[in-house]
Amino acid sequence: MLQFSKFKVTIILGIILLGIIFSAPNLVPRDKLDSLPGWVPKTVISLGLDLQGGSHLLYEVDTSKFLNERLDSVVNDIRDKLTKGTTKFGYLNLGAANGVVSLTLRDPGQAEAARPLLQQATTDMDLQIGSDGKVTAQYTEETLRRLKAQLIEQSIEVIRKRIDQTGTKEPTIIRQGEDRIVVQLPGVKDPEHIKSIIGTTAKMTFHMVDEAAEVSGQPSPTDMVVKVRNPKSDGAAQLIVQKVPLLQGQNLTDAQQSFEGGGQPVVAFKFDSIGAKKFGQATAQNVGKRFAIVLDNEIITAPVIKDAILGGSGIISGSFTVQSASDLALLLRAGALPADLTVIEERTVGADLGADSIEAGKKACLIAIVLIVVAMFALYGLFGLFANIALVLNAILILAGLSALGATLTFPGIAGLVLTLGMAVDANVLILERVREEMRHGRSPVTAMEAGYREAQATIIDANVTHIIATLFLFEFGSGPIKGFAITLLIGVVTSFFTSVYVTRLMTSVWLRRSRPKLLPL
Amino acid sequence: MYKPFHLVPADTKIDFIRFHKPAFILSVLMVVGSIVLIFTKGLNYGIDFAGGVLMEVQSKQEQVVDLGALRGKLDGLEIGEITLQTFGAPNTVLIRIPQQQGGDAATQAAVAKLKSTLGDQWDYRRTETVGPKVGAELKSSAIWASILAGLGIMGYVWFRYEWQFGVNALLALFHDCITTVGLFSLTGMEFNLTTVAAVLTIAGYSVNDTVVIYDRIRYDMRRYKTMALPDLINLALNSTLSRTTVTSGLTLLSVLALALFGGEVIRGFSIAMVWGIVIGTYSTICVASPLLLYMHLHRIRGKETPDRKTDKPAQQGA
Repeated sequence: MLQFSKFKVTIILGIILLGIIFSAPNLVPRDKLDSLPGWVPKTVISLGLDLQGGSHLLYEVDTSKFLNERLDSVVNDIRDKLTKGTTKFGYLNLGAANGVVSLTLRDPGQAEAARPLLQQATTDMDLQIGSDGKVTAQYTEETLRRLKAQLIEQSIEVIRKRIDQTGTKEPTIIRQGEDRIVVQLPGVKDPEHIKSIIGTTAKMTFHMVDEAAEVSGQPSPTDMVVKVRNPKSDGAAQLIVQKVPLLQGQNLTDAQQSFEGGGQPVVAFKFDSIGAKKFGQATAQNVGKRFAIVLDNEIITAPVIKDAILGGSGIISGSFTVQSASDLALLLRAGALPADLTVIEERTVGADLGADSIEAGKKACLIAIVLIVVAMFALYGLFGLFANIALVLNAILILAGLSALGATLTFPGIAGLVLTLGMAVDANVLILERVREEMRHGRSPVTAMEAGYREAQATIIDANVTHIIATLFLFEFGSGPIKGFAITLLIGVVTSFFTSVYVTRLMTSVWLRRSRPKLLPL
Repeated sequence: MYKPFHLVPADTKIDFIRFHKPAFILSVLMVVGSIVLIFTKGLNYGIDFAGGVLMEVQSKQEQVVDLGALRGKLDGLEIGEITLQTFGAPNTVLIRIPQQQGGDAATQAAVAKLKSTLGDQWDYRRTETVGPKVGAELKSSAIWASILAGLGIMGYVWFRYEWQFGVNALLALFHDCITTVGLFSLTGMEFNLTTVAAVLTIAGYSVNDTVVIYDRIRYDMRRYKTMALPDLINLALNSTLSRTTVTSGLTLLSVLALALFGGEVIRGFSIAMVWGIVIGTYSTICVASPLLLYMHLHRIRGKETPDRKTDKPAQQGA
C-alpha cells in the first residue's frame, strides 16, 4: 500500500497532466486559442448538432432512375448505329427492362457484322449475341458498383459546390452505405431553403418547340409533352417540344441573377464556345419559332427567337423573384445533380434549443457533482475528499479524452457524463466500505487499506466490464446523438477506473506515509 | 479531524431471505404485467421507429399557446392526424404528423406545407423527419444492439461465474429491462432511440449491481464453507448493504438531477434511468440473490458436511 514505485507515480501524474493539457483548450475562447504557439493542443470538443444547432440530412440517391436513363441512352445509341450506318440492320423488340438491354436481329446471319457496332454502343457491358439473333447486354456487378460509386461521388461534388455557394460554414458531406449521402450543416438558419437548393436536380435543357405538332395537337414520335411551370392565365399549360435537346446545361459557363429592362429579376447565362456555336446555328435556322428552356421536366420559359443569338449569352425570364432567380443561377453554376435526391431523414435543431440544452445539461451536471461531492465528504470524510478530487480529475480526463479523440459531445452525451460521475464514485464506495469492514476486524490502517483496494479491485473490474459491453453495442448500432452518449460512457468507464482506483490510492498512500495514523478517520 | 457518519450501521442483520417469496410474487406480477402491456397496449413509438415528422415550435408572441386554435389552423392541411402537445413551456408546442402516403418526398412536402401555414410567428426549435426505410433500419439496429449486448453480457457472466450465477444475473437483467419497457407502455411515454439507450444502460447497471453482491457471496462461500446458504446470502447482503445504499443513492441523485434539471428533450431517458436504478437495486437484493437458493449451489460448494477431510476450495472461483 505504502509502496508506489517512482515509475508508477510518474505515469499516474503524467496521465493527469496530459488530461489537463488536452482539456484546457476547451476553456479558452477560440480567438485566443488561435494565437497560441503551435505546440499547444488546440483540438476542442466538437458539439453535436443537437447542441450547437444545425441540420443533419440523410439523402438517398435514386440510382435506379440513373441506371435506367443510362440504359435508355444505350438503346438510342444502338438504334442509331444499326440504322444510320452504311450497312442497315433490321431488328425487333429493341428496349431496356430490368437492367437488360435486348433486341433481336431480323437476320441472324448479320450477327457478326453487327457485333463491332453493338460493342461500341455497349462498352462496359456484358454483351451476348445468340445464334438466333437475340442480343442482350447488361452491366456486370463490378461495373454497376463502380457506376454507383461514381454517381455518389459526383452528387457529393455538386452538393458541395452548391452548399459552398450559399456561404454555409464547415459542412460535412459524406457517403453512407451504397446509395446514401449524409449532409451536416452546423448553424444553418433556414434549413428549408438549403434543402430546396440541395434537392433540386437542376437539369436544364434547351428544346425547339414543335410548332407543327402544336397546331395539329398531335405529338410525333420524336416529340415529348412538357408541363409549363407557372403558366400565364392566357398561356398554354403544356407544350410539345422535340425530345432531342438543342443544348444542355453542361454547356453553360456562368449564370448570374440580373434584372430585365422592366426591373423583372432574370437569370443571365453564358455558353461555352461549343454551346455558343450550336446555339447560334440553331437560332439562326429557327427565327420566328419558339424554343423552350426546360428545367427538371418543366418549361420555365419558351420565348420566340427574334434573331440569331450569336454572342453565346442570354437571359432566362419567367416570373422569378430575386430569391428564386439567384437560386436558379446558383444551381446552374454548380451544375446539375447526376441523379435525383430524396431526404429520408432529417434532424434539425435550432440554435436556441441547442443553447437551452447546453444550459440544462450544465445545470444538471453541476448539481449532480455538488450533490455527490457533499455526500461523499459527509460519508467518508478525508477519503471522500480524495474520491472527490479523483472525481473532478475524472471529469477533466473525460473532456480530455473527448477532445483528443475529436469526438462529438451530444446532449445524450452530457447525460452520459452525469451518469458516469454517479457511477464513478462506486469504485471508491466499494473500496472504502471494504476498508471499514477490515477495520472492524481489527486490522491496522495500512493493512485495512491494502485489503480494501485488493479485495475490491476484481469486483470493480467485473462491474466495469459489463458496462463496457452494453455501451460498445450502443456505439456500434446507435446513430448520431446516441453514439455521443456511448462514447462519453466508454471514455468515462475507463477514466473512472483510473482515477478512482489509482489516483485515490496514490493520495491515500502519501497521506498514510506522512501522518502514520493509529486509526483511520473513516 | 472530521469523523464521517455511517449511513447504514455496520452490524445490520436484516433477514432479506424471509421476504423473498412476496418479492418473487411481486416481481413475477411486474414482469408478466409488463409483457401483457407491451403486447396488448403496445408502445408509443416515437418517430425514430414509427417514422413521420416531429416539430418543436415556440410562439414568438403568445405566452400561452391556444392548442385548439392551432389545431383549427392545421386541420385543413390533409397531412394525416396531427398531434399537438405543449412541451416544457406553455408557449412551446410539439407537433407530430404521421408518415405520409406518398413516401419521403411527400413527407418533405408536408413539412414545407406545415411551415408555410405556421408562418414566421413561430420559432422552429426542432424538426425531425424519419422516412419509412430509415425508421425500419433504426428499429432493427436497436433490436440488434439489445440482442448482442444481452449476449455479450451473458457471455461475460458465463465466463466469469458458475452458470447458476450467470442465469440469475440474466434473469435479474431481463426483469429490470422488461419492467422499464413496461413502464413506458403503461404511461404511454414516447419510446424512441434514447429510450433504448437508457434500457441498455440499465442492463449494464443491473448486472454491475448484481455482480458486486455475487462476488461477495462467492467470497463468503469460500470463507464459511459450512454456513447454511440462506444465512450466507443474508450475511453477504448485509455486509454490502452500506455500499449498495450509497452507490444506488449517489447514482440516483445524479439521474434525478438529470430528470429535474436536464430539460424536456432527455426527460424520457432520465425517467427510465431513475426507474432502472431503483428497480435494479431492488432486483439485486430481493430477486437475484434469493434466487440462488433454488440453484443447487451445493454442487459448487461441495458437500456441506463439517467432517469433510480435505477442505477443497470452491471450483473455478478461486
